[in-house]
Amino acid sequence: MASEENTRQLTEALSAKRDEYTAQWAKTVGRSLRGRLSSAELSREFGELYDAIVQAVAEGIALEGRGEQFAEVRSLLIELSRSRARQGFTPTETATSVLALKEVLEPELTGSAEGAQIYLQFARLLDDLSLLTVEEHVKTREAIISSQAEQLLELSTPVVKLWDGVVGVPLVGTLDSARTQVVMEKLLQTLVDTDSTHAIVDITGVPTVDTQVAQHLLKTVVAARMMGAQCTISGIRPQIAQTIVALGIEFGDIPTKATLADALREALTEVGRQAESDVRGLL
Amino acid sequence: MRDYGADSVSVTEVAVATNGDVVKARQMVRTLAQSSGLSLVHQTKLVTAASELGRNMLVHGGGGTVRASAVVEGPRKGVWVEFADHGPGIEDIGLALTDGWTSGNGMGLGLSGAQRLVDEFDLDTGSSGTTVRIVKWGR
Repeated sequence: MASEENTRQLTEALSAKRDEYTAQWAKTVGRSLRGRLSSAELSREFGELYDAIVQAVAEGIALEGRGEQFAEVRSLLIELSRSRARQGFTPTETATSVLALKEVLEPELTGSAEGAQIYLQFARLLDDLSLLTVEEHVKTREAIISSQAEQLLELSTPVVKLWDGVVGVPLVGTLDSARTQVVMEKLLQTLVDTDSTHAIVDITGVPTVDTQVAQHLLKTVVAARMMGAQCTISGIRPQIAQTIVALGIEFGDIPTKATLADALREALTEVGRQAESDVRGLL
Repeated sequence: MRDYGADSVSVTEVAVATNGDVVKARQMVRTLAQSSGLSLVHQTKLVTAASELGRNMLVHGGGGTVRASAVVEGPRKGVWVEFADHGPGIEDIGLALTDGWTSGNGMGLGLSGAQRLVDEFDLDTGSSGTTVRIVKWGR
């Protein structure tokens, strides 16, 4: 059968000039990456990949890159794409790593009509494999983005100690359930850790207070109260106040203040009064 | 309510499928409100209403499209926003517009509150989806 003959020929050609081809392959890729990876590293990577490809191709040239024979090639490629994606290479640069092998083989194989046919079959396989690297590259980038989003969530919700017994939570941006959870956990833990009796949640940096945000705020305040802390919401700007009233949201007996300064002043007075009564109690 | 959407030439659109998209839609409305010269209070009210309706669309209608446009009527300028989904529709509009009534675990103020925040409010619902159109005028 023609394809069996082709397979044999390709395998022979690839095995015979293994060292020459891998060196050329690594060189071609090295050039396109403009020295961002060492040639020793590339030679090692492509040597391994080359051997895996030859081994898989020996099973039959007409195979698809997603077949079982290519399991090892795929795992090598996936590893390659992941490390490239983490190092900040573009998908094109990653895919070129595979496609460069075509460039290497082209002058060697396309001399005869038979060779050209083999080349085309092999090229199709390489195209498929390069698509795989792009897919994996994108997947890795997505994983990086989602982990960064998570980090951002942590970063954007600090709980700070404002004074002895007073902690502040300056909220910035939108308040969804995920962030509320983080804020609440941090606030409650900080209340315990710093032995605070007052908490001020400042919403100056929250552009839109809708029912969802309000509900989350109320939950946070109720939770802080259950821990025995007094909780104030500050940073209610005029437009926010009017919107909250029009929406019909009631904050009940939760104290609110226009500015963080007002809330802090109130909290300090309260803390001072408590300290005074404590001293009197001791005497 | 006048069909402002058909009149307007420059309608911007945001497809809402996630919570992040609601934020995007809100930003689109905010930008329009600012460029239409709405006061800060009116801007905030409109954006909050858009936030409520956008989230309603996502939670109850399984997502949809937000379209917005600046509108002019005589001397006054405003912003028109449309929220269209292909969800199951609202069974009892009167009940849905009642303060404190909720089908989920929200506060039950979203729809009725949004109505109070804007100047014109038009709700069109059926088994093939729900469309809410609102207009907020500059003054």
